[in-house]
Amino acid sequence: MDSTQIALAERAAEQQRHHGKALFFYVWGALLLMTAIEVYLTYQNMQPAKMLTILMGLSLIKAALIIGYFMHLKYEVSRMKWLTMTSVVMCLILMTIFFFPDAFRILYLGVK
Amino acid sequence: MAETALHDIPSAYEPSLFGTYSKKIGMWLFLLSDSLTFGALLYAYSYGRISTAGWPTPFHSESIVNATIMTAFLLTSSLTMVLAVRASVDRNAKAQTLWLIATMLCGAGFIILHGREWSNLIAEGLSLPMFPKVPGHEAASEFVNVSKTVPQFAATFFGLTGMHMLHVTLGVIYLGVVALRRKFIPILLVLWLVAWLATPAYSPFHYGAHVLLIAAIVISIILWLKPKVYDSSDVEVAGLYWHFVDLVWMFIFPLVYLMSAKIL
Repeated sequence: MDSTQIALAERAAEQQRHHGKALFFYVWGALLLMTAIEVYLTYQNMQPAKMLTILMGLSLIKAALIIGYFMHLKYEVSRMKWLTMTSVVMCLILMTIFFFPDAFRILYLGVK
Repeated sequence: MAETALHDIPSAYEPSLFGTYSKKIGMWLFLLSDSLTFGALLYAYSYGRISTAGWPTPFHSESIVNATIMTAFLLTSSLTMVLAVRASVDRNAKAQTLWLIATMLCGAGFIILHGREWSNLIAEGLSLPMFPKVPGHEAASEFVNVSKTVPQFAATFFGLTGMHMLHVTLGVIYLGVVALRRKFIPILLVLWLVAWLATPAYSPFHYGAHVLLIAAIVISIILWLKPKVYDSSDVEVAGLYWHFVDLVWMFIFPLVYLMSAKIL
């Protein structure tokens, strides 16, 4: 690595040193707790659509915790945060646009 | 704080647009593209599920417990990975290696449990045409017609979880190289031999084990061409990959396992 890259890596390392280890344990505990809630909900005989909504909601929260704290994106510069997250979310929205018209048709008209 | 420090770094070139080093940006770009691969697979699974009548729910409580333990293994491995990154920035080489090995062990635990789950399902009759038949096993009643009437289930299930298992396997190998460098190559070769010889010839893992051999050859070439000591930036970049693998499982677990749990 050249001197610029080394300086940037050093700065990233310095940022890591500022965070206490306890925070990582709290995030890990929250992730395990949400997993336990998901498994509990599985056996509550809920409507599939309602259960899917809750499970995906919990998964999104878990994903945000992993990306923000474990992958350290919360502490990156805002340009990095916005460009990475908006690009992937936009692509997933495009997939959803193709997916949902058919999905709704099937849900309302049934499987033929 | 990070914003103001961006332009303080002396450079012969323009300041970094993203305020970080290029290896990390490269890994983020790879992960963004990989998230679209998994996004497409998850959408394909979901589409197959809602558009197919009689979608099977084969995951009884034993499978759910198994998948929950697998999830706990991955979540714990993410914790040990951040501790490895933390040890690397503190320049504590011994702790860094130990936390990386702990991460690899959790990843290996995940692969073993996942392999057991696959083997049980294949033995019960849920299979793909490319998998050899298991001798001496009758298909379970619930799977007798599934392969014929709902072939999408086996195809999407093995495709999605197989792709993820491959990512976890490559992640364990990646961490092994970062932690142990050349010392990891003989370990990998022993693991390949064990995986190849210990699995029966009809198991997909008998052939899948060759991924380890291919990885050992590729690693040998890379380390021969460019031997280096991995620093904290390498550990951080490896950590990004590992957390991504964990992140993907957070969607596979509820969507594939919990939504198809057999409720008695």
